[in-house]
Formats: sequence, structure tokens, C-alpha cells
Amino acid sequence: MNFSELFKQSNHLCKVSPDGKYLATCVQYRLVVRDMSTLQILQLYTCLDQISHMEWSSDSQFVLCAIYKRGLVQVWSLEQPEWHCKIDEGSIGLTSSRWSPDGRHILNTTEFNLRITVWSLCTKAVSYIKYPKACQKALDFSRDGCYMALAERRDCKDYVSVFVCDDWHLLRHFETETQDLAGLEWSPNGCVLAVWESCLEYKVLLYSLDGRLLSTYSAYEWSLGIKSVAWSPSSQFLAIGSYDEKVRILNHITWKKIAQFDHPSTITKTKAVVYKEEEKRPALSEDLSLHLNSSSSLFSSQSKYEILSLPVHLPVVKPDPERANPKIGVSNLVFSSDSRYLATKNDSIPCVLWVWDLQSMTSVAVLEQTSPVRCFQWDPRQNRLALCTANAKLYLWSPGGCVAVQVPAPGGFQVQALNWHNTGHSLVLVGKDQLCLCYMDEDQDQDQD
Amino acid sequence: MGSVEETLSNFSLDFRKLLFVNIYLTLKSINLQTVRHHELPDCYDFNVKFRSLDKVTECLFSLINGDDMYATFLNLRDKSYMVWLFSRLYLYSFISLFIYMVLSLFIALITDTYETIKAKGLSSQLECLVLTAWLLIQLHSQERTHDLPDRALIYNYELPDVTKQNNMMSTYSSYSLSSTHYIDTAFCTEDNVPQCISYVNQELDSLGLSCISLGAPGVTGLSSALNTLYELLQIHRRDMTAVEELEREQLKKSSTLEHVQINNSRLKDQLELSMREKSGMHETERQLQLKIKTLQSCLKTEKEEVQKLQHIIASRATQYNHDTKRKERETTKLKERLSQLLVDRKDRKLSIDVLNCLGRADGKRSLWKTTKATASHEGDMYKSLLSDYEATQRLLMLENAELKKVLQQMKKEMIHILSPRQTSDHGHELGDSDTEERADLGRECLDKSCEVAREQLTNSIRKQWRRVRSHMERLDSQASHSQDDVILKQTHDEEMEKMRQEVLQCKEFIHTQQQLLQQQLHTSLDEDTAVLLNGCYTLEEKERLKEEWKLFDEQKRNFVRERKNFTEAAIRLERDKRAFEEDRADCLKNQFLNITPFADRRKGSSSDGPRSLSIRSEPEIRMSTTSVNRPKSSTYCTNFSTPKPSSFSSVPSTAELYRTLRLIPDTSSRQSNRGSWQESSAIEHGDNQAKTKLRSRCGDISVFSVGDENSPT
Repeated sequence: MNFSELFKQSNHLCKVSPDGKYLATCVQYRLVVRDMSTLQILQLYTCLDQISHMEWSSDSQFVLCAIYKRGLVQVWSLEQPEWHCKIDEGSIGLTSSRWSPDGRHILNTTEFNLRITVWSLCTKAVSYIKYPKACQKALDFSRDGCYMALAERRDCKDYVSVFVCDDWHLLRHFETETQDLAGLEWSPNGCVLAVWESCLEYKVLLYSLDGRLLSTYSAYEWSLGIKSVAWSPSSQFLAIGSYDEKVRILNHITWKKIAQFDHPSTITKTKAVVYKEEEKRPALSEDLSLHLNSSSSLFSSQSKYEILSLPVHLPVVKPDPERANPKIGVSNLVFSSDSRYLATKNDSIPCVLWVWDLQSMTSVAVLEQTSPVRCFQWDPRQNRLALCTANAKLYLWSPGGCVAVQVPAPGGFQVQALNWHNTGHSLVLVGKDQLCLCYMDEDQDQDQD
Repeated sequence: MGSVEETLSNFSLDFRKLLFVNIYLTLKSINLQTVRHHELPDCYDFNVKFRSLDKVTECLFSLINGDDMYATFLNLRDKSYMVWLFSRLYLYSFISLFIYMVLSLFIALITDTYETIKAKGLSSQLECLVLTAWLLIQLHSQERTHDLPDRALIYNYELPDVTKQNNMMSTYSSYSLSSTHYIDTAFCTEDNVPQCISYVNQELDSLGLSCISLGAPGVTGLSSALNTLYELLQIHRRDMTAVEELEREQLKKSSTLEHVQINNSRLKDQLELSMREKSGMHETERQLQLKIKTLQSCLKTEKEEVQKLQHIIASRATQYNHDTKRKERETTKLKERLSQLLVDRKDRKLSIDVLNCLGRADGKRSLWKTTKATASHEGDMYKSLLSDYEATQRLLMLENAELKKVLQQMKKEMIHILSPRQTSDHGHELGDSDTEERADLGRECLDKSCEVAREQLTNSIRKQWRRVRSHMERLDSQASHSQDDVILKQTHDEEMEKMRQEVLQCKEFIHTQQQLLQQQLHTSLDEDTAVLLNGCYTLEEKERLKEEWKLFDEQKRNFVRERKNFTEAAIRLERDKRAFEEDRADCLKNQFLNITPFADRRKGSSSDGPRSLSIRSEPEIRMSTTSVNRPKSSTYCTNFSTPKPSSFSSVPSTAELYRTLRLIPDTSSRQSNRGSWQESSAIEHGDNQAKTKLRSRCGDISVFSVGDENSPT
């Protein structure tokens, strides 16, 4: 496993282009585009102010830089560096900006969710979509880029509009049976739209592309409900994480629950392997030259995983009942690329990551870290999970086992987020204002698998 | 001055009673005083302290108390020697007498009188007698006034009477105890004895007793009085015993009464206590009930409150919903207004500033929005939907086909499994054909379209399942029955056979045993058995014989040893004799060759060793004869030591030995003996064997020496 040197970045803004050739990073008001293989700077663009959002277009030709503070969006072309585009939202303000899937339109959400302006780079045309709902995830494009679903709020009722992305033709517009819609998400095959209620009520609605209600699912009433929803890449499963620290898996034929994953604080009987990260300070009597070579590791500790025997008591953080949005429940669900594994994190046990096998519908691994899990992502090609806990270590899990890797970067580099390259050969590790690339050894991969 | 003794004699004490202590203190000084009054002689020149009577007494008193001694002695110093001596003597004697004797005497007297008073002393016998008689009479008359049963009643009902009696008793006792002069002043004195007697007589008459006749002086009168007194005492004693009994009874009664009263009081206390407890319980119960009531009321109020709160919540929720809706409406209004305003405002318009327009990503030109376009969109959507459904359907079909395959396989297998059994079973041929038919039907069904086939399929599956289940159940039950039967029959038969065989074997065994027993019983004197028995006996005998044999062997060995010892002793004796002869020869030689002192000295030194050795060996030989085992080594020691001196004068001794060997039994016989002994000793311990070896070696040595002897001679 090799690591690159550190590069500067700000606001965690660094993205690999969809084709995997370029790496764009933002440093204050500058946008730096590097070649992924050589890490040479290809282009350097200067924006008008500090960049708050950056996004690649789907064809990797353009980079969108949004400056929310000024209500500006600047678009840069990679092939024609002299080409530029500046969109000014005016005094109405800007809260979010994104590409349309075709990479020729930009959707800007104005402040107070007044409207969504759709700017076309082809025709300079502008169109408005009114009444977007201010919620968790009000807008979603289908995976093939054909359709866009948008949650709307009109007359105190929730509606969903389905647009054709080609020409922003409103395909369907229907009212949903929700009190307060919190989010919507297309299934990966683009035929089913999952709509869920805000956390006050447990309710998931499944709509067909043509606006028919396929099914409704509600696990319980009264107490706080859904916290996170995720589709499996095969569209077969819909995983719903809720405030009762459970994940429920719905199937795609009957839309009924087929499995339920508990996240207990004490594991008494399971077939899963329980890994516990053990930190070890390196002995001081070791050779100093080693430390001189990697001065960062002088003060950091070595980690390794130990397999615990049952029963296991996991460290629980009691949520504050006075506060809203209590730190409890399953907040993060990520399916592996082949839909076989599901990684989940329970907010009340933040140091622990669960990995579930969807073939046997059981947990296969429980990873107990020393510090709370910040980010975890599956390798897009293999069953390999990378996670970070805001320290100088990178953790990898595969069905073969678990490994903790020290990032040999100087200056107290802490991995706060990570991003797989779409080939699965490298990994972008994002620190507070720096980033680092991690290249996987293919041999090691073979070993791990 | 010489009248001090007189003074002491004048001092007389009468200590008959404490009350009648009369001290007559007549001192010489008084006489002196009187003398002095008349005429004072010149020779009497008195000291200041002894000048007058009061001064003398004062001085003496102070002397007795011991506070004036030194001063007095000092005062009396300046007189003539005689006076000084006398005064000294006087004062010493006075002080010692009065301080040590008189004062202590006083104390003794006082304590003595006190004790006598305490011990009750009556002054005169007669007075005492009359007095007691009178008292008894008094008592008796008093007692006569009320009879015993009456008194019991009185005792029961008239307590005051009893107390009176008691009082009387106490008075009597006080009479008898306290000093008598009250009584003798009251009733009988020396003056009124006749009156008293007459009175007593009257009283005695009234009691029916013989009178005291004091007319006859002396013993008779006294005896009659004593008789009456005795009678009176008898009566009195009787009465006293009665009284005592009554008293005891009364005591008992009173104690029981007390007991009962205590009991009663205790019970009362208990009752009170329990009553109090009861009241307390009542109180607590009441309180609890009150509490329950209050709690119930509380509960009711709480319930009401809960309901109220629920209502409130519900109303608030509706209100909140309404408000949120209103707010939302307002916000939407505001938003609209804002957007309008923003559109209207011209200062900073939204703008797009693009260098040049881009082409579409797919390279096509954008289309106009037309109905056709919308239709195409719809079409696309449905297409995608359809494709999705088709895909799912395909998947489902595949799955279905798989399932069907599995089902069919199951069916086949089931038929395969079931058919042979059913054919064997008589009643189920129909069913068998049915299943086959059904299977065919199912196969047909599968080929048909699902909708038509589904019901049939499910029906057939259900039926078949039911049939299979029932069949399985039947099989189970059958198995449980038939298996039992079959297995039992087979195993039963086998086991029966086995058992029979076993029984037969046992019987045979018993029979043979019986036969054997009978044989033994009937032909106990049979030859075989006799031989057997003899064999037993011979074994024992053999054992015994062996033991005896051993013993004999031992004895034999001992004998041999002794004989050996004997021979050795004989050899030694011979040797000694020879040595002695040699010595004598030497002596003779010495005597003979007395001239040369040099040779004499040398010969004497050489002859000393063997002699001493021989002396030492003799007692050991004796020991060897007495005890067989121990002395062997010592004897050998001598044996080994003997050659040493013989090396000095070796030739004659060995020759002698040879001779002695000749005398005692042959060497060949000895050898044989030794051999036999060695044989037997092979069983014995190793050390013995070693000894034997030593011995044999010794023999060899001797033989060799003989050989040596022979060759020079």
C-alpha cells in the first residue's frame, strides 16, 4: 500500500472525475485539476471567491464551482481552458447547486427554497421550478439520468414531480400520502421511487415511475421513525434505518420486510466475528532511525485488530433526551457494489461498524474502533470496505479479515473522509485541509480476498 | 504517800447491771484534804499540781488522757531523789494502770453487760415461773373465749380479730423477751405472792386443773406448781401448734390470694394492653381506609387530569397543525411576493455569462417542446417501465421454472419412493395410480399458462401434500406397530431359543453337580478320593519333613562346625604345646648358654610375639565352642595371625600342624564334609558363603604349607 504526498485542499472539496482521470481540488478560491496517474497539475482556475461547492459534470468535461456566499456559480472547462461561464443568481441567493445528469444544465436552489433555477449551458435558457420542498433530500436523479424526482410543497401538501431531464418536461405530478415528506430516492433501475416521511412517523411509500403507489410500509407508530434509507445497487432491497436502532430490509417484489438487523450494545450470540481495535504505543527502545524516517509515527500509536470472544459489551453513548435529533438510531447505510454486504452505523454506539451479509441475512462482522467512525465506503469493484475514524489510520475490512494501516503522512494528518477511485485501485483520504492518495497493492488485494 | 494501794482497794465496782453501776472513788487525797483542814504537817510540801484535790484530779485526768505527761514530769524533777523516784514510779504505775487496765476493763464490762442483757436474763426463778404461769393462764382463757372452728371462721371473715390475737401473741413474746421488771411490778412481787397464788389457783380451777398449793413448803408445793405449769404448758403448746397451723394456713392462703391477685392484675394488664392494641389497630385501619380514599380520589383526579391533558394535547396538536399550515401559507405567500419583487427589481438581475454555447452532450440538437415530444416522453417512460417489468418477469419466470423443476423432481422422487410401498400395501393401489395421474396432470399443467394452471397446481400440490402427510403418518403408525411386531417375533423366537438352550445347559450342569455330590457322599471311601486325600496329607507331611530336614541339616552343619573348631583347637593346643616346649628349650638353652648375654637378648625378643598371640587365642577358642556363629571371624583372625609369627619361626609350627592333621580324621573326609556343607550353605546368606570361602582358602593355605613342609623335609 503506497501513499502519495499531501496536497492542500479546503472545505473537503476534492473529487475524482467520473471517468477517473482527473482529480479536482479546491484551495480557497482556486480550483486545481490534477492528472490522477501522475498527480501533475493540469489546470488551475481562479474563482471570484472562496469555493463552497464543487462538482464534476457527468462527462468529466466541466467543473462546477459554487460560491454560495456571493450567489455565484462558475463553470470551467477542461478541454477549453479559456472557456468560462459565470451564473449570477442575483440577490435571491443560492443554497445549493448541482449538475443535471447530462452535464449541460445547472440546477440552482435559491435561498428559502423559493425556486430551483435550471440554467442551460447550451441555450443560456433559464427555467424555474417552483415550490421545492425544503427537506433532507428533495431532489434525486435516476441512475440513468433520464428522470428527476422533486419533492414539492404546495398548499400544505406534499407532491412529487417527475421531470424528464432531457427537456425538463414534467412527466408526472402526484400528491403523496405523507404529512411531512423528508426525502425521496430512485431505485437504481429507475423504476421505483422511495419516499419517506420525516422522523416523526415511520412511513415509507413506494411509487412507480408513472406515479402509482406500489406499496406503503410502516414498522411502528408514535415513536421516532426513519433516519436513513438506502437502495441496494441491484434494486432488490431497500434498507431502512430507523431511530429504534434497527435496519429493516424490504424486498422488491412484495415490498414487505424480509429481514431486520438489530444493533444491540451487548452481543451475546452471533456468528459474526467481532473485531476490536487495540492501540499500542510503540516501545521507546526501538531504533530511533525508524522514527526519524517516519516522524509522524513517533507520537502516534500502532493499531491492530483483535478478535473478541462472546459476549461483547460495546461502548454506548447515552443520547441527550433534552435535545432534538437525538444521537440514536441507524444513521448510515451503505451497500457494497454487488449488493452482498451492508455496512451500518448506529449513532448511539458510534465506535462500532456492523457489516451484514444479505445472502444469509446475518451479521458477518462487528468492528469496534477506538474512536467514533467518521466515514466508510465500499470499494466500487470488490467487497472491500474502507473506513476512517478521524485519526492517522485507514481501516479496511474484507470478508477475509480486517487491517489497520498507518498513514505515513507528516503533521498530524487525520483522515476525516475518504473516497474510492472508481477502479478501486486508489483511495482519496481527506483530512482537515489536506488530502492524500492511497494506492492499493494488487497482490495485497488478492490476499485480502 | 504509801496509801496508793489503799486508794486502789477503796475503788470498788459493782457491774451487775449497766444501770446499777456504782463507782466508789475514795482517794487518799480526800483524807489528806480532811487532814489538811485540820492541821498540815510540815513535811508535806506539795507540788503545784498536787496541792488540792481538784488539782490532783485534774492533773491525773489530764495524765490519763495523755496530754500533760511531759509537763508533769518536768515539774516533779527538782525534788529530792526519793521524791523524784517515787513520783516517777507513781506516775508510771498510775498511767499504765489507768490507761491500759481500767479503761479497757470498763470497755470489757460494758460489752459484757450488753451481751448479757441481750441474752435475756431473768432475775429469780420463782418470779419467772409464776409469771409464765399467769401468762399462760391469761392466754388460755383468752383462747377459750372462742373455739377453734369459730376461730377459723373468724380468721376467714373477721380479720381484725385475728390481728388482735396476733397482737396478743406479740405482746406475749415481748413479755417473754424483754426484761422482767415490768411484769413483776405488774403482777407478782415478793409482797403479793400469796395473792398471786390464790389468783392463779382460781384461774386454774376455772380451767379444771389442780391448784398450786404453796402451803406445803418445799418440794411438794413446787412439784405441784410445776405439774400445773407443765399441764398449762402442754395446753399452751397444743394451742400454739394449732395457732401455728392456722398461721401457716393463713400464710398459704394469703400467698395464694396474693398470687391470684397478682395473676388477676396481670391479666387485667394484658386485657388492657390488648384493648389498647385493638384500638390502635382500629385507628390504623381507619387511617389506611382514609388513605385509600384519598388515594382513590387522587387517582380519579389524576385520571381526569390525564384525560384533560390528552384533550389539551389533541387540541394543541390540531391547533399546531392549523398554525403550521397557516404559517406555511404565509411563507409561500411571502416567497411568491419575494420572487415577484426580485423579478421586478432591476438592480441585479440573474444573469448567465457564457463564452459560447455548448453543444448537447449527445451531440443532437435540442427538440422543440411539442405534444409529440411529450408523447414520446410518455412512451419512453412506459418503455422503461415495461422493460423493467419484463426484466422482473423474466427473472420471476426463471425462478418459477426453477421452482417448478424442483417441484417436479420432488414429485418424481416421491412417487418413486411411495410406489413400491403402496404396491406392496394392498389398499393403496388406487392412490398410487392417482398420484401418477396427478403427476402427469401436473406436468401438463406446468406446460399450460400460469393463470389457468395455478389453481390446479396449487390444488394438486395441496392434495398431494396432504396425501403424503397422511401416508407418512400411516407409515409412522404402521412402522411403530409393525416394527414392534416383526422385530419382536424374530427376536423373541431367537431369544426364546437362546433361553431354552441356556436352561438346558443349566439343567445339565445342575445334574452333573448333583451326580458328583451324590458320588462323593455315597462313595466317600472310594479309592480315588482316598488317594486325593492322601495326597493332601502327603503334601503337608512333605512340608513338615522338609522343615525337619532343614533342621537336621542345620544341626549337622553345627556339628561339623563344632568338630572343625575342635580340631582347630586341638591344632592350636598342639601348637601351643610345641611353642611351650620350644620356649622351655630356649630357656634351657639360655640357662645353658648363660655366658653370652647378646644372644640371650635377641632370642627373648623373638620368642615374645608368638607367646602373646597364643595367650590371646585361647579364650576365643573357648568362646567358639560355646557359641557357634559369632567367634568364627575371631578364630580366623587368630588363624591368619598365626602364620605371621610362624614366618619367624615357621618351620616347626607348620610341621606340628601337619602332624595334628594327621591325628584327626582324614583330609579327604573333611573335604567331603566341607563340600556337603557348602552345598547346604548355598541356600544361606552370602556372607556365610564368603566365610566358607575364607575357610576353604585357609584350608588351602594349610595344605600348601604342608606341601612346603614336605618339600624341604
